[in-house]
Amino acid sequence: MSDGERKGRFTIPHEELMYPGHSACPGCGEPIAMRMLLKALGPRTVINIPAGCCAVIPGVWPRYSLRVPMIDHAFECTGATSSGIRAALDVKGLDDVTVVGWAGDGGTVDIGLQSLSGAVDRGTDFLYVMYDNEAYMNTGVQCSGATPCGAWTTTTPAGKEMACRRGKKRILEMMVENGIVYGATANIAYPEDLIERVRTAKSIRGPKFLHILSPCPSGWRMDPSKTIEAASLATRTGMFPLYEYRDGQYRFTKEIKNLKPVEHYLRLQGRFKHLTPAQVAEIQDLIVGELEVLKAKVEAGRK
Amino acid sequence: MTTRTTEDMHTGTWRTFRPVIDAEKCVLCYSCWKFCPDLSMIVREEGDYPSVDLLHCKGCGICANECRPGAITMEREPL
Repeated sequence: MSDGERKGRFTIPHEELMYPGHSACPGCGEPIAMRMLLKALGPRTVINIPAGCCAVIPGVWPRYSLRVPMIDHAFECTGATSSGIRAALDVKGLDDVTVVGWAGDGGTVDIGLQSLSGAVDRGTDFLYVMYDNEAYMNTGVQCSGATPCGAWTTTTPAGKEMACRRGKKRILEMMVENGIVYGATANIAYPEDLIERVRTAKSIRGPKFLHILSPCPSGWRMDPSKTIEAASLATRTGMFPLYEYRDGQYRFTKEIKNLKPVEHYLRLQGRFKHLTPAQVAEIQDLIVGELEVLKAKVEAGRK
Repeated sequence: MTTRTTEDMHTGTWRTFRPVIDAEKCVLCYSCWKFCPDLSMIVREEGDYPSVDLLHCKGCGICANECRPGAITMEREPL
């Protein structure tokens, strides 16, 4: 048994800033990510949320499941709304409150990109969190810019040829070039690491970006009980490496060694069921290539 | 503006399988509590055994899947 799971000890904060009874599907990764985020940030937090699953999950009016204030807004406005909330808090002199923009992958890499870019450009002091379920799940699994190579969605149907041939948009790198002060990827299967990343982000002033992998059992076509297993395999196969960017340097937050073959991850999910062994090998090559690029960046930072 | 919490939304009615904990096998690692998306695994303080809030548990089975000693089994709810 590792040190992180000593008998009868909490390895993450015990206080809950959410209520049960929210409207997420059984086995959804989003409430796990939200729960961890709020545990790390504490009650002095304001969240703003665009359209998407995350707008529905907190509850149906007049009920609400978070213990912090939230503003609902249009799909493309997460960055702009965050800047607005920050400006209002500054006028009131409330500098101990964290502003969080919480959007899905579609609301970040596709629809909300210009507004996010604007907020980062303005140097707004906020934390932008993209919880990534790799497609537009709320509207019924349409392909987004964060859908991985080979995945089935209703707009990239399965066939002999892979309809979705490219990898995910490298959103963290885009934001680094845009001028964020801190950026990291996190995974709900590693909650202690996720909480550490959020706390680090909270301690820094300026625009911060967090990319959290959050599996969607209905969209990924798998059993709801496999959510954490799939998330964990994503990192252990190298499909979703955990790394951070700070002070001009990239650093792995979970070392990449003894990677499992990507097939373990792909075969768990129905959305990759149609892939032939040759296509699985193609995806494996793509992952290895992307990891090499990332490793080179980490190495360049060490010098 | 919202006026109430979601606690009176009894999402436990969605459930098909309910988690049953075997306290003899439990090693108090609290993985079930950490990964529960519905805040339905209750651990009041360090050292306590977890218990399930059946009013809100949706029966996803993450707790049973993540329990390394296999102390949680999913049992079919009666029709």
